[in-house]
Amino acid sequence: MVPTTSASALVAGVPDVLAVDLSEPFQYEFFRNGLVIATLAGALCGLIGVFVVLRNMSYIGHGLSHAIFGGAALAAVLELNYFIGAGLWGLASGLMIGRVARRRIIGADAAIGVITTASFAMGLALQARYGQASRSIDAVLFGNVLGVFPGDIAAVAGVGIFSAAVVVLLYRKLLFTTFDPEVAAVSGVRVPAMEATLMFLLSATILVTVRVIGVLLISALLVLPAVTSRLLTNSFGRMLWLSPVLGALFGGVGMYASWYADVPSGAVIILCGTAAFIVAYVSVGVRRRARVAGLDHHSGPALTTG
Amino acid sequence: MVKVDVTPARLAGEPLVAFEHVSCAYGSSTVIDAVDFAIIPGEFVGIVGPSGSGKTTVLRALLGALAPVHGKVHRKAGLRLAYVPQLETVDWNFPVTVREVVSMSRPSRSWWPRTTPAEIREIDDVLERLGLGGLANRHIRELSGGQQQRVFLARALVQKPDLLVLDEPTAGVDVRTRHEVLHVLADLNESTPDGDGVAIVLTTHDLNGLAAHLPRVICFNRTVIADGSPNEVLRPYFLERTYGAPMEVLQHGGMPVVVEHGADDLRERLSRRGA
Repeated sequence: MVPTTSASALVAGVPDVLAVDLSEPFQYEFFRNGLVIATLAGALCGLIGVFVVLRNMSYIGHGLSHAIFGGAALAAVLELNYFIGAGLWGLASGLMIGRVARRRIIGADAAIGVITTASFAMGLALQARYGQASRSIDAVLFGNVLGVFPGDIAAVAGVGIFSAAVVVLLYRKLLFTTFDPEVAAVSGVRVPAMEATLMFLLSATILVTVRVIGVLLISALLVLPAVTSRLLTNSFGRMLWLSPVLGALFGGVGMYASWYADVPSGAVIILCGTAAFIVAYVSVGVRRRARVAGLDHHSGPALTTG
Repeated sequence: MVKVDVTPARLAGEPLVAFEHVSCAYGSSTVIDAVDFAIIPGEFVGIVGPSGSGKTTVLRALLGALAPVHGKVHRKAGLRLAYVPQLETVDWNFPVTVREVVSMSRPSRSWWPRTTPAEIREIDDVLERLGLGGLANRHIRELSGGQQQRVFLARALVQKPDLLVLDEPTAGVDVRTRHEVLHVLADLNESTPDGDGVAIVLTTHDLNGLAAHLPRVICFNRTVIADGSPNEVLRPYFLERTYGAPMEVLQHGGMPVVVEHGADDLRERLSRRGA
């Protein structure tokens, strides 16, 4: 799907193999669109990922993306609009998870496991049975940055702006709810409303970015920028802007690299993020050892990975 | 139940909080039953009892986090409550600095979340007052136990409460930190020319290190067993009914000192084993 560089390098007749034309992919509109949407999706996932990581919601994110896959497959077969089909399906799954988990005997994580895998299996079955619709189903599964519709960029940008506005306006309440829900509740914060808001932002984020990144990789893009920025700062406020910046970088750089690597863009984006995480992890470890080796025993290890 | 009137002259006025025959339950099991007591402005009250006696449930009912199944918790109109949780319930890996913790309990005044210079001054004043000056940008893990306790106290104080509620403020801290915390609380409770001190309610299972120093102690196990000054309530009869084990009370410097009954016996057995 992604054109390779080798052809263009030979056509130019340049003997030097290092003379790769770095601006080459920009001639193509689909690449420019892909770069924009990958960058935006990375920033959005980075922002929402802060809450996903700190509230231990990554399994919910994982589950939601799988549930949405079922909805997307159904929408494709019924020739419905993707956002309507997948959105409604995701909402119904969320409500069902809540209902099953309230029974107490079954934990929320197990409820997510049952409902979202059922949804995912239904998607796979539909994909196998109805070949014609399978191309767009395939895009949801693995992500297809280069096949974005113009409406996709608007959707990601819209959810991104909305999420950023909500996070700015409700900053302290969201921080209080995330850090210490019980004390927040007795201090007058409407904790259930804050939690519902975060759930809504997470669902909307997955809905608009899943076709770009793919069901199988979306939870990684939600987690990687957040955990990498967590390694680099001890402040919630700084993490909240660092994580979207890193997410945008992973998206943009990964997209660009995928052109030359001739590998699906979702995979390269995640590998970029993983590389950054490893660099941060190792360098923070080195710094911490240096500090522990010093005599500053009062400031113990600021970071733990456990 | 024995009720002792311990209201000194300065503690006048309408109660901040009054429990009227309050019972609370989780599911079908009743945790606290027919609880009656009141907190008056400026008071400093310790609730003592064994683990599982329902002390934290009393606090949750007091804060309004738990609705009673019977009875009523009366709160004075416009009462400002602030809660300091047990340190062990805090997520110490969470990325927050001292200033971020203290500011999160305040409603923001502008739409942009950044703390305004006026707010920073106000927060720094509280930090200074609690001996945390200069630590505002530290991560919460980079502090000593006493400092950590005071950060959460600071978060409560910037809400300008009439009543401060603390759950086991000295659980799991060393002797020095316990003294530190107790002195800070005594300072906050003391009236100054600027105004009345803040009323304080805390739970503790530390009878000698904490409860014996307070003006008013409530012995609690499912319900109020005794309520009065330490000298009045820290007595073998009440303590046995509270803890379900016989205890002895000695006097030291005018303060009651509680010792477990039969501790001599145990020591003898263990020393014999060592010999």
